[in-house]
Amino acid sequence: MRKKTFLEKAAAVPHIVWIIMFIAAPLLFVIYFAFTDANGGFTFSNILNLSNYGEIFLRSVLFALIATVVCLLLGYPLAFCMSRLKPSTQKVLILLLMLPMWISLLIRTYSLLALLDNGGLLNSLLIKLNLPAVKIVGTRGAVILGMVYDFLPYMVLPIYTTLSKLDIRYFEAAEDLGCSRIATIFKVALPLSKGGIISGITMVFVPSISTFYISQKLGGGIFDLIGDTIERQFLLNNNKNVGAAISLVMMILILISVAVMNRFGDDDGGEIIV
Amino acid sequence: MKVLSRIYMFLIFGMLYAPIIVLVLFSFNRSGSFNNYSEFSLYWYRELFRDSTALDALKNSLILAVLSSVIATLIGTLAAYGISRMRNKYVKTAITSVTNIPMMNPDIVTGVSMMLLFAAAAAIPFLTVEMGFWTMLIAHTTFNLPYVVLSVLPKFKQMDKHLTEAALDLGCTPAKTFLKVELPFIMPGVVSGLMLGFTLSLDDFVISHFVSSSDFKTLPLYVYNQTAHEVKFSMYALCALMVFAILLLMILVNFVGSGDNKTKKKKKKTT
Repeated sequence: MRKKTFLEKAAAVPHIVWIIMFIAAPLLFVIYFAFTDANGGFTFSNILNLSNYGEIFLRSVLFALIATVVCLLLGYPLAFCMSRLKPSTQKVLILLLMLPMWISLLIRTYSLLALLDNGGLLNSLLIKLNLPAVKIVGTRGAVILGMVYDFLPYMVLPIYTTLSKLDIRYFEAAEDLGCSRIATIFKVALPLSKGGIISGITMVFVPSISTFYISQKLGGGIFDLIGDTIERQFLLNNNKNVGAAISLVMMILILISVAVMNRFGDDDGGEIIV
Repeated sequence: MKVLSRIYMFLIFGMLYAPIIVLVLFSFNRSGSFNNYSEFSLYWYRELFRDSTALDALKNSLILAVLSSVIATLIGTLAAYGISRMRNKYVKTAITSVTNIPMMNPDIVTGVSMMLLFAAAAAIPFLTVEMGFWTMLIAHTTFNLPYVVLSVLPKFKQMDKHLTEAALDLGCTPAKTFLKVELPFIMPGVVSGLMLGFTLSLDDFVISHFVSSSDFKTLPLYVYNQTAHEVKFSMYALCALMVFAILLLMILVNFVGSGDNKTKKKKKKTT
């Protein structure tokens, strides 16, 4: 084995310094602030007082879970249908699916608001038709709808990627051996696309549980989520310690759920698609 | 079955695009309300361009995206080079895991942790830390880094080690070997890392939200401020413009990309 040149030894040094200063150190500060009070003294009270936010935590987890399940139920069939099309059509549809991913989340949420708001297009049309207006913005359903709308492509894309790599002969074999169409999907396609499903679930669940713009806009400010609480503690109340404690707990919550998810799946499918 | 799946795909894509299409259509509506579509006009677009803060925000966004993606690409490419040469497995895993943290963590936690770092740094005497351009640049570079490393590192792994050794044996200096042998090989990874960083930086709202000040606003921050209280139709115009820009970019990238493939194939045929 030849000796490493100086360049080879030194190349990663700026990067290492950078990630220690700007990735590792900030996280240590989150931990530090979570366990200190406003004067810098050590305390557990921030963590212990989190029970005040129990309802918010519960709501966030629940909303994010529902959104993830809805995305999976809507997205899986879509990915499956897409993977069965002609390659040229598939290419166009993938572009159509990725286009919303490149449009800012703010804009997509705002456009949904334009459609559903009390003075929005839907209600304007309903009133013109002499029908009663519907109140959508400011309900739980609207927040979940916003999550589904914003993050559905993130579910479809990884599932589609794993499905389109599958050998079509698996399906033919299953059908030849007497499997019905539906059974083929459940017994062949589903187990083979587990990796895609798992990365899809992670990519929907994590942004859903930590969002604050969606709940602010579509929830009408009534349904506070963890994201809203963190944002308020840091930017309005200037209570960094409580904010850090909430962030820390959320981070651990997400780490645990991602680890559990990865246990379910094989290690092969954890592709990240951006 | 086939008809059913067609209808299903049509419905889902319809749902994905309906709000965006509505927004684009009504950005051309002079009356500024959903009640009547009075006439097609560019009134809201003129309103938008009258607002100099919007143009400033666009300029800031572009400056930040270019600088942060270039810095991240420089640091990240060198890092990938160094990491690919490391022999200690544990050090390697440690570095890549720390690098990937911003990719795994929710954006809000990354943003908050950066804010705490800058707040703590401000407490150090003789060091003035103010939220603004520099904090934004550091934050954006930091969350771009994992994506650069992720797209460059595999290229180094694919590369034949003997090429480097041959160049060194034949008298190239290590720096020259890097520039003349390795860099051309890993270039596709470097370019995709750069592009990814550029778009992520343009798009980022959550992390910027925590490390910015009112002096230096990027486009997403501007949109956030404008949409905070009331519905403004000039925002619909801005959003429509962004959608057009992205659409154009995507068509361009795909058109140019497929054109390249075709010429490559042709070349292969002729040779």
